Amino acid sequence: MSDETEVMSTGDRLIYMANQIARNLAAQGEGEAVASTASHIAKFWDPHMRARIVALSAERPDALSPIAAQAVRAISA
Amino acid sequence: MTYTRETDHGTPAAIATGKSVTLTIDGQAVTLPEGTSIMRAASLLGGSIPKLCATDSVESFGSCRLCLVEVEGRNGYPASCTTPVAEGMVVRTQTDRLKKLRRGVMELYISDHPLDCLTCGANGDCELQDQAGAVGLRDVRYGYDGATNMGQAKDQSNPYFDFDPSKCILCSRCVRACDEVQGTFALTIEGMGFDSKVSASQGEGFLGSECVSCGACVQACPTASLIEKKVVEVGTPDRAVVTTCAYCGVGCTFRAEMRGEELVRMVPWKDGKANRGHSCVKGRFAWGYAQHQDRILNPMIRASVSEPWREVSWDEAIAYTASEFRRIQAKYGTRSIGGITSSRCTNEETFLVQKLIRQGFGNNNVDTCARVCHSPTGYGLSQTFGTSAGTQDFDSVMQADVILVIGANPTDGHPVFASRMKRRLRQGAKLIVMDPRRTDLVKSPHVEADHHLPLRPGTNVAMLTAMAHVIVTEKLYDEAFIRERCDGQEFADWADFVSQPARSPEAIEPLTGVKADEVRAAARLYATGGNGAIYYGLGVTEHSQGSSTVMAIANLAMATGNVGREGVGVNPLRGQNNVQGACDMGSFPHEFSGYRHVSDTATRSLFEQAWGVTLDAEPGLRIPNMLDAATDGTFKGLFVQGEDILQSDPNTHHVAAGLAAMECVVVQDLFLNETANYAHVFLPGSTFLEKDGTFTNAERRIQRVRKVMAPLNGYADWEIVQLVANAMGLNWTYDHPSQIMDEIAALTPTFAGVHYDRLEAEGSLQWPANDAAPDGTPTMHIGGFVRGKGKFVVTDYVPTDEKTGPRFPLLLTTGRILSHYNVGAQTRRTANTAWHPEDRLEIHPSDAENRGIKEGDWVALKSRAGETTLRAQVTERVAPGVVYTTFHHPETQANVITTDYSDWATNCPEYKVTAVQVMPSNGPSDWQRDYADQAKMSRRIAPLEAAE
Ligand code: SF4
Ligand code: SF4
Ligand code: SF4
Ligand code: FES
Repeated sequence: MSDETEVMSTGDRLIYMANQIARNLAAQGEGEAVASTASHIAKFWDPHMRARIVALSAERPDALSPIAAQAVRAISA
Repeated sequence: MTYTRETDHGTPAAIATGKSVTLTIDGQAVTLPEGTSIMRAASLLGGSIPKLCATDSVESFGSCRLCLVEVEGRNGYPASCTTPVAEGMVVRTQTDRLKKLRRGVMELYISDHPLDCLTCGANGDCELQDQAGAVGLRDVRYGYDGATNMGQAKDQSNPYFDFDPSKCILCSRCVRACDEVQGTFALTIEGMGFDSKVSASQGEGFLGSECVSCGACVQACPTASLIEKKVVEVGTPDRAVVTTCAYCGVGCTFRAEMRGEELVRMVPWKDGKANRGHSCVKGRFAWGYAQHQDRILNPMIRASVSEPWREVSWDEAIAYTASEFRRIQAKYGTRSIGGITSSRCTNEETFLVQKLIRQGFGNNNVDTCARVCHSPTGYGLSQTFGTSAGTQDFDSVMQADVILVIGANPTDGHPVFASRMKRRLRQGAKLIVMDPRRTDLVKSPHVEADHHLPLRPGTNVAMLTAMAHVIVTEKLYDEAFIRERCDGQEFADWADFVSQPARSPEAIEPLTGVKADEVRAAARLYATGGNGAIYYGLGVTEHSQGSSTVMAIANLAMATGNVGREGVGVNPLRGQNNVQGACDMGSFPHEFSGYRHVSDTATRSLFEQAWGVTLDAEPGLRIPNMLDAATDGTFKGLFVQGEDILQSDPNTHHVAAGLAAMECVVVQDLFLNETANYAHVFLPGSTFLEKDGTFTNAERRIQRVRKVMAPLNGYADWEIVQLVANAMGLNWTYDHPSQIMDEIAALTPTFAGVHYDRLEAEGSLQWPANDAAPDGTPTMHIGGFVRGKGKFVVTDYVPTDEKTGPRFPLLLTTGRILSHYNVGAQTRRTANTAWHPEDRLEIHPSDAENRGIKEGDWVALKSRAGETTLRAQVTERVAPGVVYTTFHHPETQANVITTDYSDWATNCPEYKVTAVQVMPSNGPSDWQRDYADQAKMSRRIAPLEAAE
């Protein structure tokens, strides 16, 4: 991270949040971490945010960590 | 209720031993717990033995000799306050001989006391006067001009009470109250014989001394020597109403003592189960804001925030609010508006705001300020134990053997609980403090932490996991408890995880900066020292890993078997008076009251039937999400009750941008707060003195708030919400908050037994209160966890992304102080400013010296999010590399500095870690100047147009 003043865009923030959840759950092992990340997002994010992260994962495939990406795939199914 | 003083039994209740004794007092037989004083026994029988130096808030002292009695078979006249009852004892409290002796004692006191009773502030409320009457003193043989105390100057330095030495009878009740009840040890009796005199910290005067103005000494004083200024000014009270403090989560109850419609004083209620007759400066004295001239009493609207406010009728304001919200929804969709409930308002009011949103707005866009404080507590404790609340009552601390305080500074944040905790520590309980700052608990009079772990901000999870490492690898865990109460496989996985060498105290020492030996010793003490109780605060929750930290704490408690009985447990110290209640009442966007998810069909249909609408099954937006959506143009209207998100929420620039992007912001509050600078409608709110309702404190205790005066603004807050709801077509018909509580009880299983008549009868109830627990639940998880098996959750340490670097080399952490409350809107409008006129930046001497900063210098505080200025306080309370400030004053706006980083699970902001730089400065930053100008513009109120 640079030392410049930063204001995240909403898209960046959603990606940051999804990755942050995945990273905190990663210690559960990949399979469980994907499932808990997906259920966390389903339980706490409003429908608009969920739709947005699904769209973002398609637009910016590299932005999400592997666990977060799989979790987003799971909620879009 | 007319005015009567609470009964003073003279000495405190005996410490329970389970044994009792039977004796006879003035011919009446009575059986009482062993250790009870004769004085208390007589009082419990309905009698009263004259007394001066005894009062039931402090241990007896036996100095005045007014309370003499006769005991059959004993020589002399023992003092009843210091003599315990004994089996078969025969006591006489009123004989001619005793009367004579008491009159003699009284005569000496009176001859040494100024007899200006008629003009004395305490006239009619003075124990000396009463006792002189009680012993039948008619004449004084020694004259009335005992030289001792006359003519000494009054100490009027404290803004709330005076000390007049000439009225002092040297009973030392004040000294003992300060020591025993408050634990500050600010008072002493100086000098000998006729020269003795009560003195605050070696003669500095009360304001300049260690005194924290809790009022315990004033309450204990039998004369007018220590007296509330307000009593002198207004006169003695003529009625009293019991109500609950509206400041912090301790939930002290008070007698609001009134003279007509005027509040004379708030006296802590002895029967209050949270405070047991004690208080702090805020609840006791800082209620003057209720009548402050800044209070807005008329509704106001404006089309744009660049215009001045226009005062309008309630009808117009309410109609405008409803029509704006409906217009926005028609244009931008059902989910384009939302609201924020208040942790300062009552349960009933909070319930109504979330009902307005779910039923009336048709979405779940409701959130509360708990988002920015204890949302990780809700998440973490419900994952591990199955309920979103602390496990104990406050009394439990008196059974604790080892107290572990994490990221909390109860002396300032939860003062009345801190006094209780200190009392237990003075009795010998051990103390571990985990906090980057050397808080007052680490070392204060007669209290010293056995271990202080001054960890680097942001490393809580690493530290708690290292403690778990010690407990597991040294086999200090409670195997039987785990086998019976917790999921075995989950424990095994967790034990495996924490045992890895990378999680040992030695391995994490470079991260936390705390010596491994100290961590090991602390872990051993907590695991093996008897009843281990954890108390934690915002230093736990307000981090990127707030929820993980709460779960790591729960893991420790389960592993050591410290859950499910008195003296142990996991106890969040909740900030605001009703933050527990606001969470319980369904203020979060994903759950209804009682923590039930909105997607749960059975719960939803219960509410749908009761409210006659179809409810949204999708979670709504949280506060930061609302602000993002606003900046993106999809969220356009917000109803904010009793919160100031612009000042209290992180990254002020982000909040301001979100609010500025909305078309209708409605603020309901006492004052034009900072958020109101961006509002289009202002609905004046009422104070806790002006309404009925309930608050729920940090122990899950539901207590009554009672109206003592009519609302200056015309309506209680719940009535205002009802007006808005009805203008939106909802047809609500509540006449009294008790009906709202009945609805809450009908819809919420944990509240099923909570009704006003029960609260009236019991004084308070701790939820769950229902058929399974008709008298409520002081201790949770007895015999089993609410969720079934306790769940160990693996908590991996993930460092925050907020990192120090060459441009921002220091870590800022934020907090609060005793005399102010939250954003300070109330306390700044009281004389409490005498103690804290401004926010200051605490900085370690070495960091200060490197930067050429001296005590009191103006400094610029800069982070990636913004910049502000304030004055420096050079102190070793903070470690090198760490700086600290409070956020009580809008001029400073510490949240200009804090960033958008937040807890991974709940978005609770990371207030406790911000990378900053500190430099000398010569005044306010550009932003502060612009902000001050804008705030001034925004607060303009147009003069009323002449009536037509
Ligand atoms: S007000 Fe409280 S702290 Fe101050 S001297 Fe009295 S008892 Fe002690
Ligand atoms: S100030 Fe009041 S309580 Fe203190 S010693 Fe004097 S009379 Fe007693
Ligand atoms: S602010 Fe807290 S501790 Fe102080 S009187 Fe009120 S409830 Fe009690
Ligand atoms: S009241 Fe017992 S000695 Fe003073």
